[in-house]
Amino acid sequence: MITRLTKSSEGPRWSAQVQYESKLDPDFPDAIARLPGADKLWGCIQCGTCTGSCPVCQYMDLSPRQIIAMTRAGFKEEVLGCFTIWLCASCYACTVACPKQIQITDLMYALKRQAIREGHHPKRFMIPALAREFFHLVREQGRNSEGILLLRLYAKTNPLGAVRNALLGLRLFLRGRMGLRMESIRDKASFWKLMDRGPAEANGKKEKVA
Amino acid sequence: MTYLYYPGCSLKCSGRAYEESLLPVFESLGIPLTELPDWNCCGATAYMSVDQQASFLLALRNLALAERYGGDTKEPVHLVAPCAACYLALIKVQHRIAEHPEIARETTEDLAEAGLEYRGNVRVRHPLEVLVDDVGLDAIRSRVRAPLHGLRVACYYGCQIVRPYPVFDDPVNPTTLDRLMTAIGAEPVTWPLKTRCCGGTLTGTLHEMGARLSVLLVEEAVRRGAATMATACPLCQFNLDCYQQKRGALATSLPIVYFTQLVGLAFGIPGKRLGLGRHMIPLEPALAAAAGASHD
Repeated sequence: MITRLTKSSEGPRWSAQVQYESKLDPDFPDAIARLPGADKLWGCIQCGTCTGSCPVCQYMDLSPRQIIAMTRAGFKEEVLGCFTIWLCASCYACTVACPKQIQITDLMYALKRQAIREGHHPKRFMIPALAREFFHLVREQGRNSEGILLLRLYAKTNPLGAVRNALLGLRLFLRGRMGLRMESIRDKASFWKLMDRGPAEANGKKEKVA
Repeated sequence: MTYLYYPGCSLKCSGRAYEESLLPVFESLGIPLTELPDWNCCGATAYMSVDQQASFLLALRNLALAERYGGDTKEPVHLVAPCAACYLALIKVQHRIAEHPEIARETTEDLAEAGLEYRGNVRVRHPLEVLVDDVGLDAIRSRVRAPLHGLRVACYYGCQIVRPYPVFDDPVNPTTLDRLMTAIGAEPVTWPLKTRCCGGTLTGTLHEMGARLSVLLVEEAVRRGAATMATACPLCQFNLDCYQQKRGALATSLPIVYFTQLVGLAFGIPGKRLGLGRHMIPLEPALAAAAGASHD
């Protein structure tokens, strides 16, 4: 059974939202196309090879090909608010298949970053939540601690999920594959100094992550 | 040649068996791996989704530390990264700074603020590549003490060691692992899903969908007659090993191992020293069946 992710039973959000051409954001594609990986965006021939090679396209509300077309047309709200960008698991199948060498996986990353920065992503949705929890934990400690990351993630998004996965956690623990020890690097002082240096994203502003 | 080892977070926790098998295999080939001192997380896929510059700096700190460890030698330091996500994160930043001068400039400045420098003298290597290209299949064959005759293996590369930068093999139909498995006596099965996505972190976040991707891989491998699957990534191994259940019962029971564990077994290293006891689905029945079949 294939369940397509949509925000409401009425179908994908984009179909209901854009009504007037004046609501499109003509600057959106230019800002995206300036980012490394997405810079060949304007060369897309809409062949659909990306969608055809995507292992999760059947679950997406917008296909990768549609994402490119809608990004270029300036459908900013629709593209940044969709599920598709979060379903991309970064397998790069589209990127190596694209006949126009568009780095579609990196385009998805660029869209994810902007969606997080501007708060467009679906609320309480676990995928962006995982990215953010991971980001904070590593920024704090320099390393990821898998058990702690999962607990924090479940606490924020889906406490019941922790209960449901407790058995798997226990089985992993018994095999020495899961624990709650906090891993960290030794030289945290210089690490924090390095990570506090602001990122220079497209707009040159320091990225704030809530 | 200096080989440094960059374990990454998974190889210290859920993917411990990968480290436990990698180190003795390299040791027995005369390539002791020294762990990169005070390495940090590579950033994986999550950092790129949140903050691009931070993801570059995370990867670059490791490269800078590796280069510093290598000293002033002209020879590049070889940084062995077994985890696919680590491997790609390190390679990706190298490509980005080579292709985008402004990224090179900004990251150099940021590294300098923290007292670090990266001059570009590190080669990021996957252990599969080191075994097949540096050590060579002949040397591996001559080290084999207990060939895995009769063991039918599905060779699973996953995505990120060959995509988007196919450094040592084809991005869709790689063969390195198949050749390595043949060299240790095992029989790779013909299997077209060798680089198809295992679901990555989706198995944890959108379980129904992520697990479906994993199950497809396992079911096809079983249909093709595989008795085990060799993986080269801790996340692939985790997904494929842990989610073969349906409603509490095992739907399939295909043992999912690290390729280094099979190489270790063929070298005569006992399974206990290769972390074989850490998997959900034990390999022993498949080994026994293969041994029985090859003696008939």
